[in-house]
Amino acid sequence: MGFENLFLGFSIAITPYNIFVAVIGILLGTIIGVLPGLGGANGVAILLPLTFTMPPTSAIILLTSLYWGALFGGAITSILFNIPGEPWSVATTFDGYPMARQGQGGQALTAAFTSSFVGALFSIVLITLFAPLLAEIALKFGPPEFFAIQLLTFSSFVGLGGGNPLKSLVSILLGFILAAVGLDIVTGQLRMTFGFTELMKGFDFIVAVIGLFGIGEILLSVEDGLHFHGARTGMKLAVVLETWKVLPRYWRTFVRGAFIGFWMGFKPGGATPASFMSYAFAKRFSKRADRFGKGEIEGVIAPETAAHAAGVAAMLPMITLGIPGSPTAAVMLGGLIIWGLQPGPMLFKEKPDFVWGLIASMYTGNILGVAMVLAFVPLFAAILRIPFAILTPLIVVVCAIGSYAVHNSIIDVWYMLIFGVVGYVFKKLDYPLAPLVLALVLGDLAENALRQSLIMSQGSLGIFFVRPISGAIMAVAVFFFLLPVLTPWWRRRRQGTPPPVASTAARH
Amino acid sequence: MRAADVVTALALILVGVIVIVDVLQLGIGWGLEGPESGFFPFWLAVAMVVAALAILLQALRQATARPFVTAAKLRPVLAVLAPATAMVVVMEVLGLYVASALYMAFYMRWVGRHPWSTIVVLSVGVPIVTFVVFEKWFLVPMPKGPFEAWLGF
Repeated sequence: MGFENLFLGFSIAITPYNIFVAVIGILLGTIIGVLPGLGGANGVAILLPLTFTMPPTSAIILLTSLYWGALFGGAITSILFNIPGEPWSVATTFDGYPMARQGQGGQALTAAFTSSFVGALFSIVLITLFAPLLAEIALKFGPPEFFAIQLLTFSSFVGLGGGNPLKSLVSILLGFILAAVGLDIVTGQLRMTFGFTELMKGFDFIVAVIGLFGIGEILLSVEDGLHFHGARTGMKLAVVLETWKVLPRYWRTFVRGAFIGFWMGFKPGGATPASFMSYAFAKRFSKRADRFGKGEIEGVIAPETAAHAAGVAAMLPMITLGIPGSPTAAVMLGGLIIWGLQPGPMLFKEKPDFVWGLIASMYTGNILGVAMVLAFVPLFAAILRIPFAILTPLIVVVCAIGSYAVHNSIIDVWYMLIFGVVGYVFKKLDYPLAPLVLALVLGDLAENALRQSLIMSQGSLGIFFVRPISGAIMAVAVFFFLLPVLTPWWRRRRQGTPPPVASTAARH
Repeated sequence: MRAADVVTALALILVGVIVIVDVLQLGIGWGLEGPESGFFPFWLAVAMVVAALAILLQALRQATARPFVTAAKLRPVLAVLAPATAMVVVMEVLGLYVASALYMAFYMRWVGRHPWSTIVVLSVGVPIVTFVVFEKWFLVPMPKGPFEAWLGF
């Protein structure tokens, strides 16, 4: 086992410049996580153009630190303002906001940050141990295996994502179609450009992310005329230490949450179900189950541990297989390609300094992150007290700058507005946006894997099923795709009654 | 809600059909170097049309009273969207810095009714900070217009 690799990583992550980059990343990330309309994925997308001139390792440290910051920031708004910044912080509001209303905001925040840290650390340790092994296995993969894994990625959105499976499917397909617009790099032909030269470049996923998540979210949040009802909080060292004294009592909740988070997290779209699942388990096993929803600290620990364990675990398939587990990881993967790195298992062989620098920076970034958010909570919470009519145009301008900077073209700013409207409509109609973005990023890779596989087999789709590894993955993928059809049928057989719709609806 | 669902499904079907028509000309079969250009998009579009048709049928069968958006809720949405669109139009002529300053000033005054002092400080300050960070530190150029040319940049 290569501990020398991890030491190599730390020697890169702990240089003054990279520590500085991490601090900036966490700071910006937390602000982004607190602001409505900005989250991990579009925060990373907006900053991506600024990293083009940086060394790749520092660039990825900046972006991952931003991601940790955004994860921490989500907890602040959930607890103090009852606004879940991200879908996976919804469960944190159940008990976090009541605690803050009862004057226990400091305790709730300390518990949330500490649980986030524990969950993240658990996943990082597992990544350190398993990533090299997984990459080793993945080195033997050919195009059919990679295509099978991509299919598995998307099947899990349809089968496990909750909501309407047809709408998930349409989101995926639309993402792939948008990815195919422009020059076909294999044959050199133009596809779906309809004679417009602007369409030759195709749609950039960065612009799509900024529009769909950023502008779309802003439009959605102004609908209700946003009036924040924030609970005020003071963060004192005594409160932090007091809470830390209590937390070890809940070690079972921590362990359960971390395992659920990691297990759900390295599959795409896993963080949200993981946080709800962890909350439900904690409530079920708790002696104080009746206190849940009224301000029980365990109800904060459970979802936060799981959500962060899942958020970090989403990085595992990105660095080992080149397949992102979350929209944010998808944007980072796009960054890797722009920095001239080939995502996938070869990274461990060709760029060990990059991979291990990244893994080591996950430790340092999360340690720095938890210290920073604990120290500066009142400052971050103050951001939401800025009047709404100032925040809104500021966020729109930041989004426009980010979109323009990708290719230095104003047409991208127009695309951003269009994607914003699409995001608004899709969100309201429950079309999930994450699979669309993932498909847009992975489109070319998936199509190439499919084409190469078909060339290998001279046009027969059987190749995906006869090779043992891809066959096994395909079987799981097909099972996930069929799950929405199988589940109601299975329920009917067992109960003889129509299935309750509430169980899937509650996940939103 | 139902009407919006139906319209969206119809729009998706339309997109799918346009894609199918376009890629049929590229060829969707087997070429000299394996699958032709239109192969992958064709099957994607076919699947999308089928899925969108199914969504359309679902939407037609269920009736919900909840409206997609009420007039009261649409107003603030358009209040963000319309000036933002105007900003991009202005950006084409005057550059990003002037356009964003005008946009922020307009929105803060029109929607927020903030005092002019706040408006001037923010709508001048933010573009200056942006200029320093992007043009000077990270060397990422933003679109500039006659105003920046007059200042000598």
